[in-house]
Formats: sequence, structure tokens, C-alpha cells
Amino acid sequence: MSEPDGQLLDARGITKRFGGLTAVNEVSFSIPRKAIVSLIGPNGAGKTTFFNILTGLYKPTEGRVSFDGANITAARPDRIMALGVARTFQNIRLFGTMSAVENVMVGQHARMKSGLLGSILRPPRVSREEREVREKATEMLTYVGLRPALHDQLATNLAYGDQRRVEIARALASEPKLLLLDEPTAGMNAQESASLTRFMERLRDEIGLSILLIEHDMKVVMGVSEYVTVLDHGEKISEGDAHSVRNDPLVVEAYLGKQEAERQREEGGGA
Amino acid sequence: MSAAAATAPAEPASRRGLQLPRGARIALTIAAIVFGAMLPLFLDGGGGFIDDATIALAYVVMALGLNIIVGFAGLLDLGYVAFFAIGAYTMGYFGSLFHITANNGEGVHLLVSGPAANLPGIHLNFLLIIVLAIVATTAAGMVIGLPTLRLRGDYIAIVTLAFGEIVGRIAINGDEIKGFGTQLTAGRQGITPVDKIDLPFLTTFNSLELRPWYWVAFMLVLIALFVNFRLRDSRLGRAWIALREDEVAAVSMGVPLVKTKLLAYGTGAAFGGVAGAFLGSYLNTVNADQFQFAFSIFVLSMIILGGLGSIWGVVVGAIILSFINNRLIPDVLNDVPAKLGLEFDLTELSFGIFGFLLVIMMVLRPEGLIPERRRQIELQEGIEDLAVDEDHVIEAKVP
Repeated sequence: MSEPDGQLLDARGITKRFGGLTAVNEVSFSIPRKAIVSLIGPNGAGKTTFFNILTGLYKPTEGRVSFDGANITAARPDRIMALGVARTFQNIRLFGTMSAVENVMVGQHARMKSGLLGSILRPPRVSREEREVREKATEMLTYVGLRPALHDQLATNLAYGDQRRVEIARALASEPKLLLLDEPTAGMNAQESASLTRFMERLRDEIGLSILLIEHDMKVVMGVSEYVTVLDHGEKISEGDAHSVRNDPLVVEAYLGKQEAERQREEGGGA
Repeated sequence: MSAAAATAPAEPASRRGLQLPRGARIALTIAAIVFGAMLPLFLDGGGGFIDDATIALAYVVMALGLNIIVGFAGLLDLGYVAFFAIGAYTMGYFGSLFHITANNGEGVHLLVSGPAANLPGIHLNFLLIIVLAIVATTAAGMVIGLPTLRLRGDYIAIVTLAFGEIVGRIAINGDEIKGFGTQLTAGRQGITPVDKIDLPFLTTFNSLELRPWYWVAFMLVLIALFVNFRLRDSRLGRAWIALREDEVAAVSMGVPLVKTKLLAYGTGAAFGGVAGAFLGSYLNTVNADQFQFAFSIFVLSMIILGGLGSIWGVVVGAIILSFINNRLIPDVLNDVPAKLGLEFDLTELSFGIFGFLLVIMMVLRPEGLIPERRRQIELQEGIEDLAVDEDHVIEAKVP
């Protein structure tokens, strides 16, 4: 038994050093099933590095990650994807010269079977698979709210908000159990952020997905997450539900600086 | 979205502007195939034109192979000549007098008829040799692919260049590498004669009637075209584009890096091998001088001229360069320097002329004669990215 009951992902003592720089230091972290959890922290706290370790882009210097009962420490990114961990990127990374539908079809790569010979000879089995994958891509794009008229547009020509949608559809198309969203509301206005929040709750309730969110927008984080972990300088400084984390002096300090935090505390004490 | 609309996707609006309508494309394709197949009927079967056309077709097969590696998967391969060499040597090994001591001088024969059936040396049926050439070049493609997997862009080019050069050097000096009663290659002297193509139900080909050779080459082109088209619109084709555009995003979306890249190398190499085996037999020699660096650049120029990744563009590019090289320069233009009172052989300037052509292309039409839609966009974006870079917006890449 590598993880506590009910935990979908469990990371123990993750450390990542780049040369002399320790980007992530001894962080332990777990994600329950069908839950939305957040990872927050000031810029440079090591959030994205931690993300990249979970998805296999980086190998941790120390520590162990298990997902759904399997050890995925330093496994290849495509293997981790195939096991059911899908992600989006902080700066959208769509395949620009492919249409929205084709982008989502790539997301299903790990769920497809046709190989080299199948692709060349294209027997009925492969044509059917190709058709089903295309249908599913269209379905996914509709689900994330991309207008049908835009489905065959090249990704590079889509508006920013639509690109975010396509990226989420691409991740969802792989039928993940865990979705990692790296600052999904960056560049969105309040209304768009609110609608994304509702969308995340829908994903959890309708598909039963777990979501790990990296986010700067505290309104989004506090509104949606059941559990929040705070990183600062690569170390975990606080964790718990949204309310307790928000009132943790260490967190306030990390975000606002020591002096400001003290000033606020004094004001709070005075009132 | 209804299922009916999804199963019959309309032609995307973005494609219409750049490409002909579907009906016209099919009509043009059929016309091109009929024209290609009928052409020899109007030519002198032993003439120079059909000779040049046959070689051009073999070059088209190679260019289509390289197109899979460079055009589809975006792996700049400067050593494609290695696959030509390996294919040709497979022909030389298993279809000539080269292993003259094999089986105590009595020779080994498998499904061969005609003159080769009574000669010493190893003689296998041409179709078997094609299979062996495919196996050998696919394996070589993967061997060259492995060390380049962790590399990107320019570095891949350097490794493949070295690989092509190594094979070229071995070909030249292989006559001094001896063992098992034979040499590794015949060096500059070349393996000659090489068995003529020997197909079931047909008489063995000969060098006086070139039409059958042409048709075999034409069949090979059709197969290469078919494979190119099918792979382009497949799971694998999408994975190649994804890797080419953004490796990090592609692997994060479940595309296995190693396997996908190796398949590109292997498939592309196989066509080099097939064309090599064909040319070995057709040219009746497997000679080390054929397998030098310049030839890699020659094939690469074909696909750049035609349009990287564009299947029809590559065909056109290969035919044009092949005819410039084999006909225009040596036959048509060769006495121009003499007329101008200059004393040199124009064929020595071939690569200067190709280089000049490419420079002109890069200025006037960098996306190639028949551009591929995606590459065209990438090229435009590349230019825009350069403009952004000037503002020092440099984004760190995740390794």
C-alpha cells in the first residue's frame, strides 16, 4: 500500500535541485479523489517546478510520487499521461498550425491503437477509430464551450480565452483522472474567472475528476478549493482548508512581506 | 453537435484559401498518374529522356522518404545519402558477382532466372532484395535516430551529417576491410555488373529497353506517395506535427517521444533503401563515389525547392532538380562556357547552380513552389517571433 485510502496522488518528500539551487525542498503533498485542491505561493515559489515533477517533465532529485496505486516517480511524461494525469500550461501551449479539433485529437493519442502499418493501410478498424476520435474531439470542444464555427479554425487564430478552452478540451479528451491546471485564469477578467470556477466544479461533479490548480487569483482559489497548499521558496509553509490558510500568518507574510504582515496583525489586534 | 455533422466534417474555411477544391485535386491527381504511366509509350525506349525520367522517379522516391523525416517530423537530416548507400549495397551484396567465392564459387541463387541464375556470387530475386533493403535501412534509420533523440534542431543536423559522412567514408575505404574471403565494399571501383531486375511472370529487364525500368520506378513512386498521404492524415502524422511544433506539449499530451521519432527515421530511411536498391540495379554499379555528402544536400534541396512537408511540392522539386542535374546542365547548357570563351566543364558547377537556385527561392518564395499550409504559417510566425525577440522577450524553455 503506497498511499493512504482515498488519495489519488501522493507525493512524498519531493526535492528538486538545479545545480546549487533548490527549487523544491522536501514537499509532501496528496490529492484526494474527486476533489479540487490548490497550490499557491508567490512567484518563484516552485509551483510550476512541482507540477513538472508530477507530470514527468522533471525527475525529482529525491522523493517519490505515486498515482492511483502506481509509482510514477521519474516516469516518462507520456506514460504518466496514459495513466490518467493531464495538464494545461501556464503559457498556453497549443499546436498552433493544427485546428482546434486536431489539437484535441492529439490529446487522445494515448487512447488510440493504430500503429505505423495501420496508419498506412487504414483497415476499417483504423478508419472507425479515427472517426470516433474526431467525434469525441468535437464533443469535448462543445463541452468546454467553443462555438462549433471555431472547431476547424487553426489554434493560432483563436482568441485567448478560446485557446484556454481548447487546451482544457485537449487535456480532458485523454480521459484523465487528474487534471492539472497551471494558472488557468491568467489574463481572464472577473466574469471569465467565475465561469471557469463553475466549470471546474462541473468537472468534479459530472465526470468525477480531481483537479490540482496553480493559481494567483485568490478569489478563484478560495472559492473553489477544498484544500490549499502554500509553497514559498520551494518549501511547504502551510496547508489546510481555504479559510485556515488565508489566516495563517506565515502565508500572509510570504505574500505581503514581513513588515506589512506585522502591521496588519497589529491593526487586527487593535480592532 | 449532431453526429452527422461530425462524421462528415466540412472543408475548413482556412484551407480553402490556400488549396484547390477537393474535386479539382482528385482530377489533377488522376491526370498526373495517367500522364506518368503513359509517358513511356510516346518515348524512345532506349533514349536519353526516358533514362533521365527513370532516375528522376527514383529521386522522387528518396525525396518523399526524406520528406517524412524532415517535412513531417521536423528532424533535419543531413545524412540521407547513408540510406541510399545501404540500399544500394544491399543490392550489390545480394545481386551481383561481389561475393564470388560464395558456396565454393558455385553461387547462391534464390528465385532468380535469366543470366544471373548461372553466375557465381549471391543472387536473390529483386523483390527479396527490396525487402532486405527495407529491413537494413529501417534498422540503420533507427540507429541514427537513437543518438539524436535528446537533441534538437541544429544538433540533429550535425549528428546525421556525421552519420552520412561515416557511411560515405566506409564505402570508399571498404575495399581494404577484408574478412570471410571478401571485402566490405568495392570502394571507388564499384560493384559491377549488378543483376537486372527480375520480376515474376516477366522476362529479366535489360539496358536497351528502358520502359519496364521506368514503370517499376513509377510504381515505387506511387507506393511512396500513398504512404506519404496516409501517414500525413493519421494518428502518427498528427503526433509528428505535434512533436515538431512543441515537444514538451506533445509528450505531455501522451505522444511517446522515442517511438514516434524513430518511426519517422525508420519509415523515411526505408524509401532511401528502396530507391538505392533500384538505382544499384538500374545504373548497374554500386560505387562509393555515389554516396557522398553532396548527395544528401541534393535530396534536401529537392524538398526545400518543392516545399517542406508538401507531398506534391516534393515530387515537383525532385523532378525539377533531377532534370537540371542530369539533362539541363550536362546536355543543354554544357557548351555555354565554351561559347563565352571560357574553359571549364559546367557540370563542375552543378552545386553552385543549385545553391544559387535555393538562394533565389529563399528570397522569392521561402515556403517552396507548392507550399504546405502548416509550414507556411510556421514560416510567417517565425518572422513575427523574430520581431518579438528584438524586444528581448526570451522565454525559458522546459527541457
